[in-house]
Amino acid sequence: MNIEERVKAIISEQLEVPLDSLTAETTFEEIDADSLDIVELVMALEEEFDLEISDQEIENIKTIGDIVNYIESRI
Amino acid sequence: MGHNGAAITGCGAALPERRLTNRDLEKMVDTSDRWILERTGIRERRLLEEGLSTVDLSERAARDALDGAGIKPHELELILVATVTPDYPLPAAACCLQARLGAFRAAAMDVAAGCSGFIYALAVADQFIRSGAYRNVLVVGVEIPSRIVDWSDRSTCVLFGDGAGAVVMQPADGERGLVAFELGADGRGREHLYIPAGGTVLPTSAETVQRQLHYVKMNGTEIFRFAVRIVQETLERLLEKSHLDYGDLDHLFLHQANLRIIESIRKKLRLPREKVPVHVDRYGNMSAAAIPVALFEEKAAGRLKEGDLLAAVAFGAGLTWGGILMRW
Repeated sequence: MNIEERVKAIISEQLEVPLDSLTAETTFEEIDADSLDIVELVMALEEEFDLEISDQEIENIKTIGDIVNYIESRI
Repeated sequence: MGHNGAAITGCGAALPERRLTNRDLEKMVDTSDRWILERTGIRERRLLEEGLSTVDLSERAARDALDGAGIKPHELELILVATVTPDYPLPAAACCLQARLGAFRAAAMDVAAGCSGFIYALAVADQFIRSGAYRNVLVVGVEIPSRIVDWSDRSTCVLFGDGAGAVVMQPADGERGLVAFELGADGRGREHLYIPAGGTVLPTSAETVQRQLHYVKMNGTEIFRFAVRIVQETLERLLEKSHLDYGDLDHLFLHQANLRIIESIRKKLRLPREKVPVHVDRYGNMSAAAIPVALFEEKAAGRLKEGDLLAAVAFGAGLTWGGILMRW
């Protein structure tokens, strides 16, 4: 799996949304994820990719693509 | 000579009568029942009536715990009060409670470890009993956050509630009692949850009052991340040092700060709902009172049975964390 697929799989599991409904352009607003959902998701991603994502970076996350780009830039 | 560890032999709880619902809060700050419920799981909280203080509420919980243990106040040798909202900045709430109870043989001190305070105090009590120094220790967890939150700050004022819980700890018989404890702190996170003024950094002045620096300030995101991580780590260390497994736990008492934190942890650990008591929906975050009130309620409901293995884990300002394993 590439990074985007891994990220989507985690989002699908964590937020209980169908995997095939997720694209890079999907915003967290669209899948009804609030700030705490995003924090939980970030924690799961930190574990999966063994990196740390700071609070400021969390605030800049709007779409799934934002997360994928961020992770790609870090590993 | 050392003795066995300590067991809880009596417990009590006291909650103010006055309820504040999310609907009531809608009239006070720009918030909604739905917003509060979705993000915190809180429906209502209790507020201490005007004119009453920390010790008024503590006394009720303490007397019930003493009755449960079948001892009188004058038999107490140590009173520990876990709180960050004492009657006065000085002296300790434990001294005020000692006088109220007439427990004049008891030493008395507060344990200020934020929401982890009750767990810290249980560990302190256990050590005094284990060493053979004391046999009758009263441990109270009490918090009156309504007097230190900014009622115009919608991000914090909706979260907290007032309450008190108390236990008596005595030397354990047989298998009962505290099996292990695990305490920790990381003071680098001290400003994630704190009151800026009123200490030696910013002594109270007209200006600190005017700038509203005597209220609780919180970075919720940081606390959420910290909580989910530290509870798991603490539990793992407790179980490891006791050669036990998650499957051995009959009850997991978690600090009741936010239902989302509780659920996040519960799901990660794959524990069923009935093993993880929840009262944050009814009482909000009662800080150091959350765990003793839950112990009292579970016992009163008949769900906490002799021989059950329970873990209790809390986290809070400091940052601090603490966990205990106990055979009931």
